[in-house]
Amino acid sequence: MKIVVAVKAVAALDDEFELAADGSAVDPDYLEWELNEWDGFSLEAALALREATGDGEVVALSVGDEEAEEALLGCLAKGADRGVRIWDETLAGAEPLTVARVLAAAVEREAPDLVLCGVQSSDSVNGATGIALAGLLDLPHVAVVKRLDYDAASATATVERELEGGLVEVLRVRTPALLTIQTGINQPRYATLRAIKQAREKPLTVEGLGDLGLDPAELESAAGSRRRELAIPDRSAGAEMLAGSPAEIATRILELVKERAS
Amino acid sequence: MGGVLVIAEARRGELREVSLELVTAAAQVKQAAGGPLVVALIDADAAVLAPALAAEGVDEVLTIASPVSTFEAHVAARALAALIEAEQPALVLLGHTIDSMGFAPAVAARGRLGFASDVVALGWEGGVIARRGAYGDKLLDELEFPGKTCTLLMVRPGTFAPAAPGSAGGAPVRAVELGDLADAARSEHVGFQEVVAGDVDITKSDFLLSIGRGVAEQDNIPRFEQLAQRLGATLSVSRPLVDAGWMPGARQVGQSGKTVKPRLYLALGISGAVQHLAGMRTAETIIAVNTDPEAPIFGVAHYGAVIDMFELADELEAKFA
Repeated sequence: MKIVVAVKAVAALDDEFELAADGSAVDPDYLEWELNEWDGFSLEAALALREATGDGEVVALSVGDEEAEEALLGCLAKGADRGVRIWDETLAGAEPLTVARVLAAAVEREAPDLVLCGVQSSDSVNGATGIALAGLLDLPHVAVVKRLDYDAASATATVERELEGGLVEVLRVRTPALLTIQTGINQPRYATLRAIKQAREKPLTVEGLGDLGLDPAELESAAGSRRRELAIPDRSAGAEMLAGSPAEIATRILELVKERAS
Repeated sequence: MGGVLVIAEARRGELREVSLELVTAAAQVKQAAGGPLVVALIDADAAVLAPALAAEGVDEVLTIASPVSTFEAHVAARALAALIEAEQPALVLLGHTIDSMGFAPAVAARGRLGFASDVVALGWEGGVIARRGAYGDKLLDELEFPGKTCTLLMVRPGTFAPAAPGSAGGAPVRAVELGDLADAARSEHVGFQEVVAGDVDITKSDFLLSIGRGVAEQDNIPRFEQLAQRLGATLSVSRPLVDAGWMPGARQVGQSGKTVKPRLYLALGISGAVQHLAGMRTAETIIAVNTDPEAPIFGVAHYGAVIDMFELADELEAKFA
């Protein structure tokens, strides 16, 4: 079976950061990149399925610049067979529907049995790209999957969908399908040092929008939103900060416990 | 036609609270949107639940009888696309909930609509404007939707106060036939499962000491269990500790765990992801301890301290020694 896993390199803000002068973005010097936490779980789910079915291919896809290259190498080191990175300068900071449209063109070409995405990314937290992708591909889809059992004979996935408040829905869906994967569904593996070295030998192609038959102007007109401004939220309504030495803070917290807990 | 279309939610025969929160949000921009405020419910029980949706400010309630007894993402997607076609709203509001996450982005992408999720504030300047968190809620992203005749926004639950429920005799209720919903379903409901009850019910505790990713290793958990005991608190946790298999789900505070409202919530090493805050923000007093001064949990806490949770534990233990 062929499984496509769409992954993203996410940015974490340094403790000290600055916005670009026009307020349109964070100064990239203050960002640290890593594979999105959710995508580690969806990749693991794909690798486990490939191992359970005994054959097949896991293709990791990402829309991104150099940081995505690193993320894809990490996926290859953990066991993905092939990586595809799609990039164009016009995709910097792209909103979820645009990313979904780009991914759709790439996934369509792969014609996979299963597409796995993380529920959301830790930096933008849209929770939207995967299901938007399913909509564009007209694939059956389930969001926020915390358990996945695949029956190859019937090409059916039985999944648990995590609802609010600890409730879980069990449902069945025919594949090809797209699932968005929740953290905790498995225990993602680590790559061995040897595998990290060998990852560079695996195929990792880089493609532009033209290679996928996409036009930047058309993508822009289909975009879901445009950023007006990136701002630092007003935290004045936030917590009263306790200052002092660790001992003084501990004393104050104990006082608050006595005062407020009973 | 313009106006605002609110998509209400129900689960297992009950309206979900976000439905009336969306009515409040919609009322804010109704004037500017230049049309009626219409609330629609796609559900097998839609007709029974509709009167409560006829809250003040609502012009009409639409019921769409779902052919399946539980939420089904593809039925909801087809119904929503057909509703947008029929009603031509300028703005569609849904909750940023698990159900809506399962179909709304698909409808927005296919329909080339304006779109934003996890929205925390709405405005109007010639068109709708939405604000949402960025970089784990450390920044606010303000978005516009140029050239869109219809924009679909998913609003974070708990952001707006719920409107008072309506009653029979309020706004008119109209049953809408959308034709071919019956063959839209592409998944089959097998059943619901409840989380297994644990040894304690954290929702019953007046004082929760809650630990998160900052605890770093499973071996460190017993130390905070003891500390909780000494302080007279019950130990609860954030999601990563349950994902790692270190603690049972019954101890988890947050959207997918328990919603708690203790007198005191002492959070150690929890940064405050949206899903966690959803489960504890109504605690009477919140004290947050984190090494990151920008941690979003300080935005909802009453008291905060930028200090390592282990260093704090050292000091607290010394006071009990």
